[in-house]
Amino acid sequence: MTSNPPIVEAPVPAVREPLKGREASTAVRKAFSHPIASAVVVLLTVLWTIPTFGLFLNSLRSKQDVNDSGWWEWFAHPSFNLSNYHTVLFSEGGMVLPLVNSLAITIPATIIPIFLASMAAYSLAWVRFKGSDIIFFTIFALQVVPLQMALVALQRFYNFGAHIGSVTIFPGGFIKGLTEIWVSHTMFSLPLAVFLLHNFIAQIPESLIEAARVDGASHLRIFRTIVLPLSMPAIAAFAIFQFIWVWNDLLVAKTFGGSDASGQPVTARIQNLSGNFGAHEELLAPAGFLAIVIPLIVFVCLQRYFVRGLLAGSVKG
Amino acid sequence: MTPSSHVVLASTFSESVSKLASVIEVVAGFLAILLIVFFVAGRVTGRLQKPLAVVICLGPAVVLATIGLVIPAINTMVLSLTNKQASGQKFTLVNGKLVSLKTKYVGWDNYKFAFTDPSTRGTLIRTVLWIVIVPLVTVFVGLLLALLTDQMKRVTLAKSLIFLPTAISFVGASLIWSLMYDYASPGNPQTGLLSEVVIKLGWKNPPNWILSSPLNTFLIMVVLVWIEVGFAMVVLGAALKAIPDEILEAARMDGATGLTLFRTVQIPMIRSTLIVVTTTVTIATLKTFDIVFTMTNGNYNTDILARQMYNELFVTNQTGRGAALAVILFLCVLPLVVYNVFQMRKDRATR
Repeated sequence: MTSNPPIVEAPVPAVREPLKGREASTAVRKAFSHPIASAVVVLLTVLWTIPTFGLFLNSLRSKQDVNDSGWWEWFAHPSFNLSNYHTVLFSEGGMVLPLVNSLAITIPATIIPIFLASMAAYSLAWVRFKGSDIIFFTIFALQVVPLQMALVALQRFYNFGAHIGSVTIFPGGFIKGLTEIWVSHTMFSLPLAVFLLHNFIAQIPESLIEAARVDGASHLRIFRTIVLPLSMPAIAAFAIFQFIWVWNDLLVAKTFGGSDASGQPVTARIQNLSGNFGAHEELLAPAGFLAIVIPLIVFVCLQRYFVRGLLAGSVKG
Repeated sequence: MTPSSHVVLASTFSESVSKLASVIEVVAGFLAILLIVFFVAGRVTGRLQKPLAVVICLGPAVVLATIGLVIPAINTMVLSLTNKQASGQKFTLVNGKLVSLKTKYVGWDNYKFAFTDPSTRGTLIRTVLWIVIVPLVTVFVGLLLALLTDQMKRVTLAKSLIFLPTAISFVGASLIWSLMYDYASPGNPQTGLLSEVVIKLGWKNPPNWILSSPLNTFLIMVVLVWIEVGFAMVVLGAALKAIPDEILEAARMDGATGLTLFRTVQIPMIRSTLIVVTTTVTIATLKTFDIVFTMTNGNYNTDILARQMYNELFVTNQTGRGAALAVILFLCVLPLVVYNVFQMRKDRATR
């Protein structure tokens, strides 16, 4: 809605002229612009915010207060007790190391699929060959495979490798530690990543690609110099998704992270805290809040790309 | 701060630095390998060029998807027909006799178990409720918000606040809502907002929310709806914005306003986006594991397929039964995926 309204004034119409462009849509949209509409939006916004706000206020209250009264009592007795944050961050078994672990898991598990998926999406969209349709649809359909099942098979693969008879195709124990988590996240992200990026990459104007081809550029060169830079909105959108998804993942981390507490990401640490009922209840709120901060920063930084990238292919304009 | 906590801090710091450094190394190494492959393959010209490009671009993704998703999916289907147990023992005691735990083919037994065992049947019914109710409510509220905010000014803050839960982890969201549903016996000061509100409204003796079935299932669904609505709103809102003004204008000339316009013009125009959003939310719902795991661990009649499957696979080690549940899960979403594939085929063909 950034286009300017028509400037040219029409002569006074004899009959009722149909409304033009923006005017028309404004008139149409007026149907919904009603005080009730505003009230509904405000109400929903408040409803959606209250739960997080409650946790936030509780993170500023002392253990005693949290146990004895509701967070809304904060308004009657405001306090800024940062000791919970201090304990959560710096005490032994604190959140600093889990935060670092989460970053160590999330950064490669976001960057690696971006490249592999955009390469695959490019070849499926522009280097057509027999069977490329089937591969595309199969990859999309793989979204429904439940992770839980894949995890067991994958763990066996990582530990014992792959063999046909006595011939070892892939040695066991080669992928271990953090690499297990990175590779697993990459595998699981591929269906959605290839789908989203394909929709975007397929819409790059054909003339651009043709022109490069006429100039003698190879497929790989076209990908590197034209497709990759032009796909940044879609890549950013996927990066947000993947970052949030990996950061928030509990299942993969629990399966491959082992029982070693020093390798735990934030989610596993919080789940541990909430598991020990009552023992650290006052620490849950600040811990939960610390876990939210980093994905929020990533989201705010990348959000202007978000909608543009996501919408490609799903909207016929 | 005590000296010992300084020591802890220092060691934490050095460990953090070394971890992050190794991560940067890995990413740089990965990018370097890619560059080298591209450079070397770029030298190749002639007839080999296209197949080589396909192999390089598509190869890694296909290999990873095959190892990580295709083979496990086939393996799961096979396992679901066996009585495999992952306990590591070779024998078990049944009525005082040692019975071999050797995996054998049991036909449809695991499926029969899933549909006849009372607690598992409860899980299945609840899962169906989840994948019907959560996407419906999410898309409805998301669409409502998208329509309402479409013409409003100064809604950026409201939209951001509603989108915020999308960035919160399922575990974090479970914490937030556990606090909402907190229960204290009436008469005592309340710590959960829900109890406080209904008591203020005059309900003298509210139930212990999270323990009372079947209410608790719906209360836990609220958490997922709360997370996903922002996503639905943003994507649908953008699709509404993308409808060309000329079309709205033409519809208006024909006399369509308000609800008629919405029903006959706007909804059909964003149909493909609606399908994508519904599919995404449904698949997310079906895979939901963390919320139930954190809030009730499947107790108090709240279990759903993805959570029980985790239990069969990793806690009770009933791999065969877990596999059967996975296949059922898979069949639940298959129609939706097939429908999507048909839609996409039309799109790809018309390009």
